Amino acid sequence: MVKLLIKNGRVIDPASRLDGMRDVLIENGKIKKIGARVRGSGAKVIDAKGLLVLPGLIDMHAHFRDPGRPDKETIASGSRAAALGGFTTVCCMANTEPPIDNPAVVKYIMDKARTEAVINVLPIAAVTKGLAGEQLTEMGLILKEGAVAFSDDGQALMRADVMRRALEYASQFNVPLISHTEDKTLSHGGSMNESALSTAIGLPGIPALAEEIMVARDTMLAKEYGRVHIAHVSSAGSVDLVRRAKRLGAPLTCETCPHYFSLTEEAVREYDTNAKVNPPLKGKRDLQAVIRGLKDGTIDAIATDHAPHNIEAKEVEFNQAAFGLVGLETALSLVLTKLVGPKALTLRQAVEKMTVNPAGILGLNKGSLKPGADADIILVDPKSEWTVEPKAFASKSRNTPFTGWRLKGRVLYTIVGGRIVVRDGKLIV
Amino acid sequence: MNKVKSLNRKDLLGLKELTLEEIKLILKTAHSMKEVAARPIPKVPTLLGKHIITLFYEASTRTRTSFNMAAKILSANITNIAVASSSIVKGENLIDTIKNLEVMGVDAIIMRHSMAGAPHLAAKHCNISIINAGDGFDEHPTQGLLDIFTMQEKKGSLKNKKVVIVGDILHSRVARSNIWGLTKLGAKVVVVGPPTMIPKDIEEMGAMVSYDLDREIRDADFINMLRIQKERQEKGLFPSIEEYAALYGLNAERMKQAKKDVVVMHPGPINRGVELTSEVADGPYNVILEQVTNGVAVRTALLFLLLGGKNSH
Repeated sequence: MVKLLIKNGRVIDPASRLDGMRDVLIENGKIKKIGARVRGSGAKVIDAKGLLVLPGLIDMHAHFRDPGRPDKETIASGSRAAALGGFTTVCCMANTEPPIDNPAVVKYIMDKARTEAVINVLPIAAVTKGLAGEQLTEMGLILKEGAVAFSDDGQALMRADVMRRALEYASQFNVPLISHTEDKTLSHGGSMNESALSTAIGLPGIPALAEEIMVARDTMLAKEYGRVHIAHVSSAGSVDLVRRAKRLGAPLTCETCPHYFSLTEEAVREYDTNAKVNPPLKGKRDLQAVIRGLKDGTIDAIATDHAPHNIEAKEVEFNQAAFGLVGLETALSLVLTKLVGPKALTLRQAVEKMTVNPAGILGLNKGSLKPGADADIILVDPKSEWTVEPKAFASKSRNTPFTGWRLKGRVLYTIVGGRIVVRDGKLIV
Repeated sequence: MNKVKSLNRKDLLGLKELTLEEIKLILKTAHSMKEVAARPIPKVPTLLGKHIITLFYEASTRTRTSFNMAAKILSANITNIAVASSSIVKGENLIDTIKNLEVMGVDAIIMRHSMAGAPHLAAKHCNISIINAGDGFDEHPTQGLLDIFTMQEKKGSLKNKKVVIVGDILHSRVARSNIWGLTKLGAKVVVVGPPTMIPKDIEEMGAMVSYDLDREIRDADFINMLRIQKERQEKGLFPSIEEYAALYGLNAERMKQAKKDVVVMHPGPINRGVELTSEVADGPYNVILEQVTNGVAVRTALLFLLLGGKNSH
């Protein structure tokens, strides 16, 4: 494989506490050397002057709709969207058709990822068979095929006894259970946050408590039975609950998504179904609490919850429309624009939450630029501004609430295992 | 009548977005239209050649008939689409249905739908007028307007008048349209019902909340009773019809506390013996049938203002 030398860039690698002007030499798909002035004879040189050189981003929460809905996304198309967004590793959730709930489907994902994906795609398998919340999947056999975590994401695990057994059983493998916290008895029938706004526009509401009650339950179960990662935290109450439980020593991590610190429920006022997402967008106070949670470390990771849906599922009555929005191609720019720009997070903190932290939670040997690590690297122009145009997405779906937004930060290069996948902001594979 | 300017908007989706001036214009026009409707031959040629469709995804007797009467008074053609016998049951989506009707040369679609925002979606995807005849729990603007028209007819200005709306506020588009319109006209609106049927933070719409009907009716100028749907009991929102009627129903005994000139209203259809006893429903203070009469006037005014004076395409 070609040797690559990335010169003159600002290298930020939170895992090795590095933030400075460095050169990075890549050889045989691995990081060979990082230093102030690295010589690489015969290496292809990339001039990174004025650019950020970061570990490839890791998204621990995406939906690739493969198998089952190739009209919405496939592993191939999802991986290309990821590469454009600066993600070199994406974990795909289990709520496919059929679900990733047995070793054969895990193997299918791994095979397809190897042959069709332009980045690393790692499956997250279901906690329960058929995501039905009753019987545990064959976790041991599933892990042997390459799954990295378990989650019934998209479905709430309503039975506390099943959650307890799942945590106990999974603890022997040291992998996290990712909890989609939603009390379905409270959320049932709802399509947006329950608030003065849902009252004013006549949409059935979902109280924030539908999320918070389950966060409370799962943080308590975690303390007793094993490690939990809370997915897509969206409310002030949830942030508080996680903060308190962590203080009490529960083995707990959590993530939020760019839409929860970029948008409030105001986005659905005109019945924009592209802003219909689960958990639903909340109020200003919640958005601020999410940002505080990111700041003080309560929220460990930023994940996309990339949830592609076709026009047929979205251009319908609001109650009828599918939940979810695409996020891979806007996530980093939203982080830079909404968090780093206004100094809510330092650049290093932001990078941490999109690289080394998710890697740590999942036990992946990734998310760092230490010599010897896989050469998953991105180059970002932090000053360049662009306008979100869904037509330009590599994703098969266009369901974004950010159409027309001016965002800061463009991914110019995405390098996966030493191979250039995105060059000058364009896919070249 | 010909001097009245038209509404400068394509659609009527709710009272929420109407200005006070627009509401006043519709109400004022409705007075003229009531006079027209009462003529021996209630017909004017204003909308001759216009074509109006009613597209109702939910059952209706009053509203649909009322719009039909209004259209006919203005000499418009009107076609009623029954969803049960249309392509909609074959799986056609809303946008396609609307676009197909538009290219046939329809000028306006009067639409009722079980989901909030459905007429807004339709309006966004066509260039013809969409008139909301009820969308989910969101709005029923013509009901709101005819309620307000009736109130004004009875008591003149509604400034500082107390309107008590009683019942299932959570699931009521009538309540919402009443609140949006009445608060713009300066009325004091109190919603009364079991806490399970009061939507979150409704105070922000400008209404006050109470759970004590006896206290609220004492100084009420208007009592607008909503229909209670018996299915809500199965969903656990209230324990029994008997208890509901005891706490939130109007009966002759309870009416003794009210002011002598109180006006009792109901959008219909009435559950006799539940929210209203027959004694009250047919009592001296009720204007329920006048509301229905006024409905035709208000809808005639609305069609006139929305479609009149504009060229047919």
